[in-house]
Amino acid sequence: MLYEQELKTFVEGTTNFFEVTAQQPASIGSPYLMEGSPSVHEYTGVINISGKREGVVYFTAPKAMLTVLLMKMQENDFSHETMRDLVGEVANTISGNARRDFGRDFVISVPSVLTGEKPDMPQKPGQRSFIIPINWRSHSAKLVVSLS
Amino acid sequence: MSGNGGAHNGKRAYKLMIVDDSNIMRRRIERSQQFEELQLVGTAGNGVEAVEMFKKTDPDVVTMDLTMPRMDGIECIGHLVALKPAVRILVISALADKATAVEAMEKGANGFLNKPFTDRQLNEAIAELMR
Repeated sequence: MLYEQELKTFVEGTTNFFEVTAQQPASIGSPYLMEGSPSVHEYTGVINISGKREGVVYFTAPKAMLTVLLMKMQENDFSHETMRDLVGEVANTISGNARRDFGRDFVISVPSVLTGEKPDMPQKPGQRSFIIPINWRSHSAKLVVSLS
Repeated sequence: MSGNGGAHNGKRAYKLMIVDDSNIMRRRIERSQQFEELQLVGTAGNGVEAVEMFKKTDPDVVTMDLTMPRMDGIECIGHLVALKPAVRILVISALADKATAVEAMEKGANGFLNKPFTDRQLNEAIAELMR
């Protein structure tokens, strides 16, 4: 479960990522809670969390959004591998930044990446997730935070 | 800074190695750094590759990610400093807690830059490192 202040940490991390990396802020929708696995987009970067909290944080986005984000980063490789690299790096950056508030016992894994819109998401039965909707330019993505 | 660099357009040249498990980040750092005197001699995607590349290329300046497979950046810094105490290491990591930054500096890093970063922040951090 997440406390309000902890949720704010992830919202601010997401906002900061887009502001700094894409020089164009994202609009963050109202976070909501759901049970079970939320739907995902084509590319999903997953960070496993261990230490004083356990669970997963993942960033999921459509290819079209990642393509524009890569352009804003002056990147000229738009291959499948680069899309995978990017979602992993976004998930890693937002999760790593959260240690500013959670501390070093919030241990983050290296990213793993899932592709396709129906991958097997790592999720404990009955586990609830906070979904943070991200709207950037004309695209929508999500940050999913599922911690016990 | 001290180093074994040669000359580049009248300026002392320094060898740069970039270590990050993200190809995008490695290319971004290479593209964004604006120091003519820095010559990229190698890149690595984890700590094990970095130690091998370091032995082959003997860089003067290293940018180092921390969260990487096989060997993380903190352990890698220890190996690189043991091989060449004068190496200048800039950690570039998403890990934003103070304890991690302190640990990296105690291992021998000379600077710490948090991801995400702007080009200006990167160049200021490298300039500080090379002062």
